[in-house]
Amino acid sequence: MDIFLQQLINGLVSGSIYAIVALGYTLVYGILRLINFAHGEIVMLGAMIALSVIGLLTDSGLPGLLIVSLGLLCAIPCCMLIGYLIERIAYRPLRHAPSLTPLITAIGVSIVLQNLAMMIWGKEFISFPPLIDVQYFSISEATINSVQIFIVIVSTLMMTGLNYLVNKTKLGNAMRATAQNAEVAGLMGVNANTIISLTFVIGSALAAVAGMMVTMNYNVAHYDMGFMLGLKAFTAAVLGGIGNLRGAMFGGILLGIIESMGAGYLGTLTNGMFGSNYQDVFAFFTLIGVLIFKPSGLLGKAGGERP
Amino acid sequence: MVKKILSAYCKLPYCKVISSLLLGLVLLTLPFITDYALGRIWVRILDFSLLYIMLALGLNIVVGFAGLLDLGFVAFFAVGAYSYAILGSPHLGIHLPTWLLLPIGTVLAGFFGILLGTPTLKLRGDYLAIVTLGFGEIIRIFLNNLNAPYNLTGGPQGINLIDPLNFGGISLSQAGWFPAVYNYYYCFLVFVLLIIFTTHRLQYSRIGRAWVAIREDEIAAQAMGINTRNIKLLAFSMGASFGGLGGGLFAGFQGFVSPESFNLMESVMILCMIVLGGMGHIPGVIFGAIVLTVLPEALRYLGPLQNNVFGKILVDPADLRMLVFGMALILVMLLRPAGLWPSPIRKQEFDEAIEDSND
Amino acid sequence: MRLKKSLLLLALLSAGAVSQQTIAGDLVIKIGSAAPLTGPQALLGKDNENGVKLAIEEINAAGLTIGKTKAKVELLSEDDQADPRAATIVAQKFVDQQVNGVIGHLNSGATIPASKIYNDAGIVQISPSATAIAYTAQGYKTAFRVMTNDSQQGLALANYAVKNLKAKNIAIIDDRTAYGQGLADEFEKDAKAAGAAIVAREYTNDKAVDFTAIITSIKGKKPDVVFFAGMTPQAAPMMRQIVGLQLKAQFLSADGAKTPEFIKLAGGAAEGAIASSPGVVLEQSANGKAFAAKFEKKFGKIQNYAPYAYEATLTLIEAMKVAGSADPAKYQPFLAKISRNGVLGPIAFDAKGDIKNGAVTLYQVKKGSWVALP
Repeated sequence: MDIFLQQLINGLVSGSIYAIVALGYTLVYGILRLINFAHGEIVMLGAMIALSVIGLLTDSGLPGLLIVSLGLLCAIPCCMLIGYLIERIAYRPLRHAPSLTPLITAIGVSIVLQNLAMMIWGKEFISFPPLIDVQYFSISEATINSVQIFIVIVSTLMMTGLNYLVNKTKLGNAMRATAQNAEVAGLMGVNANTIISLTFVIGSALAAVAGMMVTMNYNVAHYDMGFMLGLKAFTAAVLGGIGNLRGAMFGGILLGIIESMGAGYLGTLTNGMFGSNYQDVFAFFTLIGVLIFKPSGLLGKAGGERP
Repeated sequence: MVKKILSAYCKLPYCKVISSLLLGLVLLTLPFITDYALGRIWVRILDFSLLYIMLALGLNIVVGFAGLLDLGFVAFFAVGAYSYAILGSPHLGIHLPTWLLLPIGTVLAGFFGILLGTPTLKLRGDYLAIVTLGFGEIIRIFLNNLNAPYNLTGGPQGINLIDPLNFGGISLSQAGWFPAVYNYYYCFLVFVLLIIFTTHRLQYSRIGRAWVAIREDEIAAQAMGINTRNIKLLAFSMGASFGGLGGGLFAGFQGFVSPESFNLMESVMILCMIVLGGMGHIPGVIFGAIVLTVLPEALRYLGPLQNNVFGKILVDPADLRMLVFGMALILVMLLRPAGLWPSPIRKQEFDEAIEDSND
Repeated sequence: MRLKKSLLLLALLSAGAVSQQTIAGDLVIKIGSAAPLTGPQALLGKDNENGVKLAIEEINAAGLTIGKTKAKVELLSEDDQADPRAATIVAQKFVDQQVNGVIGHLNSGATIPASKIYNDAGIVQISPSATAIAYTAQGYKTAFRVMTNDSQQGLALANYAVKNLKAKNIAIIDDRTAYGQGLADEFEKDAKAAGAAIVAREYTNDKAVDFTAIITSIKGKKPDVVFFAGMTPQAAPMMRQIVGLQLKAQFLSADGAKTPEFIKLAGGAAEGAIASSPGVVLEQSANGKAFAAKFEKKFGKIQNYAPYAYEATLTLIEAMKVAGSADPAKYQPFLAKISRNGVLGPIAFDAKGDIKNGAVTLYQVKKGSWVALP
């Protein structure tokens, strides 16, 4: 039982990170029907920029939490700018091209960003300096630390905030209108270009926070860290029903839990036939299973025709 | 000027015959010319280009003709390569002849194509993309882990010392009249021509038109009496079997297979080839495959090039190589969104779409 | 076809560059260095390249005579992306450039397919870091390595775990790469033979950073020792998570984790971790110390395999000197019989090309640095 509880905590923490990244995918997909392959790289850039700032300030004598917040505060606008530029340069000119064309530029952007980061920050793994005093808490035999609690709380707050933004504000209204039909929204006085740019900017801000969370939790950052994370998060977004905010959150947390339960219990369940080496297989089989019965994801709207 | 000469040439009698003869001559002498002018490494790169042409043409059936976005195509490549490796190496001590190994790999890959196709028939667009991506990863993970309890695939260590391609007792890896890389060039060329011929015939057959109908509008296609299920499955299995054939040839050529060769990036690269070249257009796809195989290798010369131009190396060429490659992908797509060499019909449709949106 | 033309031009330009450098009258010995210089393993690849670079600079500075002609060593470095297919292209390129010997490749997966091409062309290759048994088991006369193979290191680690650490229950984690799986399998076999029980065999991959699930599962089985076969980028966060989840077992790993990066990334959690490294302790021999000092001055910290790449290069040149020829066919027999003392201890090859009774040293993290265990 203790092990089960611990696996649940493990899954919840990694799932919260997936969820925040998945939100970025789903936001862009909802409006443009575009898989923004470069989103994972923005997460990486967020982590790298924050770490650079933190590295500069480590010896300044400021309190640790302040330094970390300053790092994050620098990373967010930088990532927003990068997100905006990517959309302007690589996606906007192709808005009416066949749907696969922007996918290829997205892959190109991903390669470029990764290699640029390699040239700027080097090939080393960068570690998160020990600025925060990590506290450990025990729940019966299971443990959770303060960083993990922080991650779960912040991601919940961000998800609620985003949900409010999209569903309750005027900007959110415009976003949803553009997602449904950009032309008609244009007739109603919504500037589609502005809305799309804003979507990218918001998604990139989320990515910066996610990047910060990843480095705080795992203590490493590397120019290569974005791709795999992006892929997992995208899977999570599809699992929940891509284009649907709540779906992305739900899918992210679900994927985190599926992974940790899979790694933890697959060996016992199959009597040692399949162990934690089939963890990813397990996640993908779940995805395929879900999509067979609900082709538009767990929380996606059924029957949505997507050409 | 060039156009004039070309049109004058085309009016000549037998111009088609002359062109084909010329093309044939070029293809036959290409390894000799390349070896002489650029070195044997480029003959090897030519071999890989031919291999990727096969893969790209296979994926083109699924993505280009039938419009089903497949991000896990490398799985079929892997199935072909591993079936060749397992049945033709000291790994299990089985040494089947090449003329059996290649068809087995092709059929097995085709079967896996149906296996992937069946549960995903209902899915569209990006949902299909993520499921195929997952399928590719599942195959890779199984290959990586099936060394226990029974050592079938060699696990991460892969399978080594695979029998080379061997036709009628003549091993292609032994330099006979020609060096080994030449032998493989001619062998791959024959298969590529075969595949080009098949896909070309398919494209204009009933099946080919049914694929295009599904791509353009699945519901309308169904209403016109097309059995969309069978036609889609056919696309998956046809494409997969070409991939499987390519895999078998790869295993025989390389002599070593390991799961590292069949990762997601490989699928993405093959997809890039067809989109960059011009989706659904056979010459375009071939061109795309050649460009994307040759470009990363050509960029290896960035170091010596910097040396010649600036007199010293400014940026580490290894760092620059993939950066330039990524930029090239973006630039080509921005400048020629329909691909480098799109089919005339598709280009026209595309231009119209742009005009519509500009109104 | 305009592309082809410009390619031709590009190639011609670069060919010109190569010939320009070889105008000098002395014998030019070309050494190829192949390692991943892009992608996730770029850091290690660069380290190998630097090791070769330093060796070549030293040799050139000291002056080299092969036979009776003065010689100069030239480095040709290529990126194999840790990809088997790219490795064969790199190998072919070296064959085309008629290199006199190759130091590489880094990964077993790249080394094995490339070794076939070198063997066909008769070019001698010394891998500084490939550990897969299959590499030298192919019967190629041209294939050598200065790194212990999986079975040599696996045995040393298993013996240490069972005899010195008195482990009865061992948990094994591997990263499902050729390196990790090969080493873990050998370790498991030898540990069982030595009398320990393997209570858990868990897996991760070489891109993972979250190991909480497998650690939690291992914790339930209460092992004395956790052995991880994999590289630093996984080992360091794993170590942190082991401490965080209060799994009380001795952490044991191999050369992939015995890096300064491990301590940097794992921070305080690294204390007490044990890892092995083939060869004798670098700081114990005079030339080992000198090497470390020179390398650090020039390129910064040694990541992992630079000493091996350095040693491999010196060994290769030494064989040429003894043979009085830089022709691989002529110096290969001398290389096979070579016996010299390098920065990592004695170097001699057995019949297969593996390093003979390769020493394995164990290190423990004490007060933030790796200290050799007696």
